Amino acid sequence: MTSLSTVVLAASEHADVVPVAADGVFSWLWLVVAIPAVSAAILLIGDGAGDHGPLDRFGHLLGTLAAIASFVVGLVAFIALLGQDVAERAITHDLWTWMQVGGFDVTMSVYYDQLAALFVLLITGVGSLIHVYSIGYMADDPRKRRFFGFLNLFIAAMLVLVLAGDYLVLFLGWEGVGLASYLLIGFWQEKRSAAVAAKKAFVVNRVGDLGLALGIMLMFAQFGTTNIHDVGLNVANASQGVATALGLLLLLGACGKSAQVPLQSWLLDAMEGPTPVSALIHAATMVTAGVYLVVRSAAIYDLSEVARTAVVVVGAVTLLYGAWIGCAKDDIKKALAGSTMSQIGYMMLAAGLGPAGYAFAIFHLITHGFFKANMFLGAGSVMHGMNDDVDMRHYGALRTMMPVTFVTFAMGYLAIIGFPGFSGFFSKDKVIEAAFATNFWAGLAALVGAGVTAFYMTRVMIMTFFGEKRWREGVHPHESPKIMTVPLIVLAALSVGGGALLFSSWIVDWLAPVTGEEHHELPVPPIVITAIIVLVVAAGIALAYVLFGRRAIPDTAPQKVSVFTRAGRADLYGDAVNEALFMRPGQYLTRSLVYVDGSGIDGAVNGTAELVGDGARGLRRLQTGFVRTYAAEIFGGALVLVLALLAVNLA
Amino acid sequence: MNVEPFIGLSALLFTIGAVGVLVRRNAIIVFMCVELMLNACNLAFVTFARANGNLDGQIAAFFVMVVAAAEVVVGLAIIVSIYRTRRSASVDDASLLKL
Repeated sequence: MTSLSTVVLAASEHADVVPVAADGVFSWLWLVVAIPAVSAAILLIGDGAGDHGPLDRFGHLLGTLAAIASFVVGLVAFIALLGQDVAERAITHDLWTWMQVGGFDVTMSVYYDQLAALFVLLITGVGSLIHVYSIGYMADDPRKRRFFGFLNLFIAAMLVLVLAGDYLVLFLGWEGVGLASYLLIGFWQEKRSAAVAAKKAFVVNRVGDLGLALGIMLMFAQFGTTNIHDVGLNVANASQGVATALGLLLLLGACGKSAQVPLQSWLLDAMEGPTPVSALIHAATMVTAGVYLVVRSAAIYDLSEVARTAVVVVGAVTLLYGAWIGCAKDDIKKALAGSTMSQIGYMMLAAGLGPAGYAFAIFHLITHGFFKANMFLGAGSVMHGMNDDVDMRHYGALRTMMPVTFVTFAMGYLAIIGFPGFSGFFSKDKVIEAAFATNFWAGLAALVGAGVTAFYMTRVMIMTFFGEKRWREGVHPHESPKIMTVPLIVLAALSVGGGALLFSSWIVDWLAPVTGEEHHELPVPPIVITAIIVLVVAAGIALAYVLFGRRAIPDTAPQKVSVFTRAGRADLYGDAVNEALFMRPGQYLTRSLVYVDGSGIDGAVNGTAELVGDGARGLRRLQTGFVRTYAAEIFGGALVLVLALLAVNLA
Repeated sequence: MNVEPFIGLSALLFTIGAVGVLVRRNAIIVFMCVELMLNACNLAFVTFARANGNLDGQIAAFFVMVVAAAEVVVGLAIIVSIYRTRRSASVDDASLLKL
């Protein structure tokens, strides 16, 4: 293990970064967002929708080229950033003033620093690979032009999110990726389950977005600015309570976007979307936006012990929660989705450790982006060969039928369980070490999570690629076309080699100016922790092998299972809790309000109207239509008038 | 000048007219009764004008005559058109203006 750099920066160090104005390559950085945005606009509102025009036949190529072009711009900028002095690696480029009201000023600016640079590469790089893969995966879909338009929209929105220099601009991207996620989960909208899942994701995300929105409002109320850099400077002078409130509100936002407990319930349903979407949005990039938000707001979290503890608790709970679900699911995508939740839990936990963990959170985020995208695309490749069946009980013995998919999936598998030498080994190991160094219980949760991860991933591996054939009739598994396997091979290579980012602590030093850096001493040498982790992982693999590799896998899911399995299959009753706590009371509330409205308010209104109506029906009888009646009434009236006048005069 | 006989005649004529309007069904007769009431009023006006020695009452009587003439024109036109469509001049027949 490379020991951490001994340079320990003060926690507030990162607030001292002075952004420099963009020049040269960096003044073209807006292109990285503009290219996919324009491509999305062309694909979505260009003419000839659905009539087999050129856009329908070649639109997917345009979308893919846009993603690749964006990646090239991001790569050039990254190389240029490597050439900058450390002090000049935070670059800001003001594009235009978005809004200006009194002293409140929101500038549409590109803020490019070491953290944003890594994200730009991850988003556009993995995004490009998934675009390429989608050409093959969505080849037969009549609406693939729209699909690629949505994917481009997502890339553009996600880049706005990570390149924002202002929380309000970040919020714009935040909502943009939420929209893209909604559109893509519900892409097969003719399926009711997909439409419902999209709606659920949208609604749950709203809860989190409310937290982020409130956080931004609080920043404005307290500091008069929402610029990320200025907020970082101002928060140092704010009270402890403000920092804690901001931290907790931003955490709520992060929980929604990153599917962390208690807002986790949407992610499993989100697997209704096409598999490339699950890989790009619901594994590699969008769901990690919450981690990005926490790390980006490091200045706030550094000041609040309470908020950091909350982040650690959320992360630790979610990593075990997701792992538990991953153990019980037979749907390959849902098993992977549980795993995604769990891995993001790791990142959250690391981010909650403060400067000691930020860099490892981002490191794990990047390696996870590689190996989880790899495995999701591998799962898509398997489904492609199995007539879109997702039930792992119908798989088995696919390793010979799909050699490329098998080998690439295996690389991802070895990476996620933390097999020594693979990328996940380095990133997860660092997270667990940092957790142990800060808090024993957080470290223990992470350690147990590593064992469970090994267990359920081995289960997925065995059920899919090993054992007996359990294929359904008429299914002829086959390897996917080259256009799908090439991205798999690239991602597999990255899953294997992603750990190189940690070579001589490169990523830690690289991110240090943004996140600060701290090194907590472990009570024992790091090698002991590493050995323990490897042992726990080995135990997880062995248990899975005994339970699933040595015995035949039942063709249908057994019903007589332990209470733990049953809970896992039901997503640990997350939906039931939401229903009992929020939906039912809400329903009762609305129903009683409807009742009050119906019988109380409407009753009063209708009663008044009825009273008037009844009175009118009685008075109506006075109108006989006979002229002589009216004449008599006039006569009588005149008589009364005269008598009254006389009475007054005589009195 | 003793106004009482004149006023008495005026009141008598007015009463005859009012009763006629209320009890008769034939539109023409109702109409004539209205005229009778108007002219009873005219008689009262000119009587008081004479008694007070100024022209106010006479001017009022002229106004009443002008209004009466206009009213006769409109009223008779209505009666004729009702008679043409309904073949009846009874005011009770034209009782459609009700619910």
